[in-house]
Amino acid sequence: MQAEPSGGPPIGSTRSRVFHASGMKQEGARGVAIAMVSTLLIVVLVVVFVTRSAYWPDFKEAFFNRQIFLDSLPGILAKFRRNVVYFCIAEVFVLIFALMLAIMRSLRGPVFFPIRAMAIVYTDVFRGIPTILVIYLLGFGMPALAIPGIPRSATFWAIVGLILSYSAYVAEVYRAGIESVHPSQVSAARSLGLTRGQSMRHVVVPQAVRRVVPPLMNDFVALQKDTALVAIVAALPEAFRQGQIDKAATFNFTPIVAVALVFLLITIPMTRFTDYLVERERRKRQAGSTV
Amino acid sequence: MTEALRVEDVHKRFGDLEVLRGIDLTVAEHEVVCLIGASGSGKSTLLRCLNLLEPVDAGRIWIHGQEVTAPQVDQNAIRRQVGIVFQSFNLFPHMTVLRNVSLAPQRVLKQPAGTAEANARELLGRFGLDDKADEYPDRLSGGQQQRVAIARALAMEPDVMLLDEVTSALDPVLVAEVLDVIRELAEQGMTMVIATHEMGFARDVAHRVAFLNEGEIVEEGPPGRIFTDPEQEETRRFLDRIIAAGRM
Repeated sequence: MQAEPSGGPPIGSTRSRVFHASGMKQEGARGVAIAMVSTLLIVVLVVVFVTRSAYWPDFKEAFFNRQIFLDSLPGILAKFRRNVVYFCIAEVFVLIFALMLAIMRSLRGPVFFPIRAMAIVYTDVFRGIPTILVIYLLGFGMPALAIPGIPRSATFWAIVGLILSYSAYVAEVYRAGIESVHPSQVSAARSLGLTRGQSMRHVVVPQAVRRVVPPLMNDFVALQKDTALVAIVAALPEAFRQGQIDKAATFNFTPIVAVALVFLLITIPMTRFTDYLVERERRKRQAGSTV
Repeated sequence: MTEALRVEDVHKRFGDLEVLRGIDLTVAEHEVVCLIGASGSGKSTLLRCLNLLEPVDAGRIWIHGQEVTAPQVDQNAIRRQVGIVFQSFNLFPHMTVLRNVSLAPQRVLKQPAGTAEANARELLGRFGLDDKADEYPDRLSGGQQQRVAIARALAMEPDVMLLDEVTSALDPVLVAEVLDVIRELAEQGMTMVIATHEMGFARDVAHRVAFLNEGEIVEEGPPGRIFTDPEQEETRRFLDRIIAAGRM
């Protein structure tokens, strides 16, 4: 495994990747020119076709009202801070809880059967229930119980719902990572006298976590989006709830479109970053396998 | 002669395949025994059984008089006394070379970090790897990686070293640097069981050579006799094939 410093081209920009995917990379400058002309042509055609439609003015008024957009955007952006906070809180707990689940599930031996079984049932159940149901049940149900000592904030329970649901997905991601570490690594660790637990902690889990960073990022993009689900139970408005309030006040869908744009503002960079990590991981593996 | 290792009638099967069919072997302290034989003859499995990486199906193994195949034995304690080096190095890719070597002494022998690292640096220095301590394994050549793997096993100060075809995955030009390290260990009196295809090396370094065929030790004896005047027909045929392949 003698890795040469990678001499390949730098990680492709989005543009070069699109060209590559459509098989135009080899055609060079001429290809780029053709692509630009044909893209322009199609965009113009679509725009003309859509805006000539008899219903376009109504549609534009309902979804893309400039004034309503500008009026509602600051409020939505301010409330979007809550979505980011919910995401950050949930993410930390998901990372820890899911790793615990994955380790529980990878314990070997008959003694650990009950623990393994619990982890399997948990992931099956929570991966199988729509997240919106979990949030609904907890967010409305738990505060209604009014048990002393248990938080009565619907937002709190909605975030718990997100954590429970996403931990099940992320646990599976971790598990795939743990299983991808070659058994010879465990042999090497055990042969040095490390216990099963020490081998897991020092050898298997660190390698597994590094490998699953890209798929973890995918789940975190989804988690960031699903913070909008808190809106169904929460008293405190976050971005989506604020959008609904503005929509109700104006009888216009533009505020909701504004919410969508605000989400894109954060999820597209996250997705691009994930793509970059995936690409980097792929290159690393290729470099490793050529030796 | 003090006995370091004794194997009695060890059997091991993987599913329908019986890989070891009653192995008997005794290794004295400071003795170097080379296991030779075709791929699949059971050399690697025997070494893995000696290190308890594979449980035996039948038979018993003693290390320094302690039966390690007994139930209730502390396997981790046994593995501390027996070092193994693998064909494919199996270094930990996410740790520096220094950490690879110092991890087990620190976690298992509970050495303070400073002591473990100082010992690790000394071992690496002995094998000409002083300047590689802070590199990650994938920046090293195969020969360097295998020397790190040997240092990693030695850092646990084992009584017995098991080497499982440690040069088979190496470029021919890198084989010598690893064999030199092993030769040095032999000169210092390390007890070793070495599975190898390097017949010239086996002849030089081994006190005794054991030829395995289909899970049995067909013949054993001093290298001078095994290589020049084998008693068994299978041994003769194996050595003829090796010579025909230009490996001796």
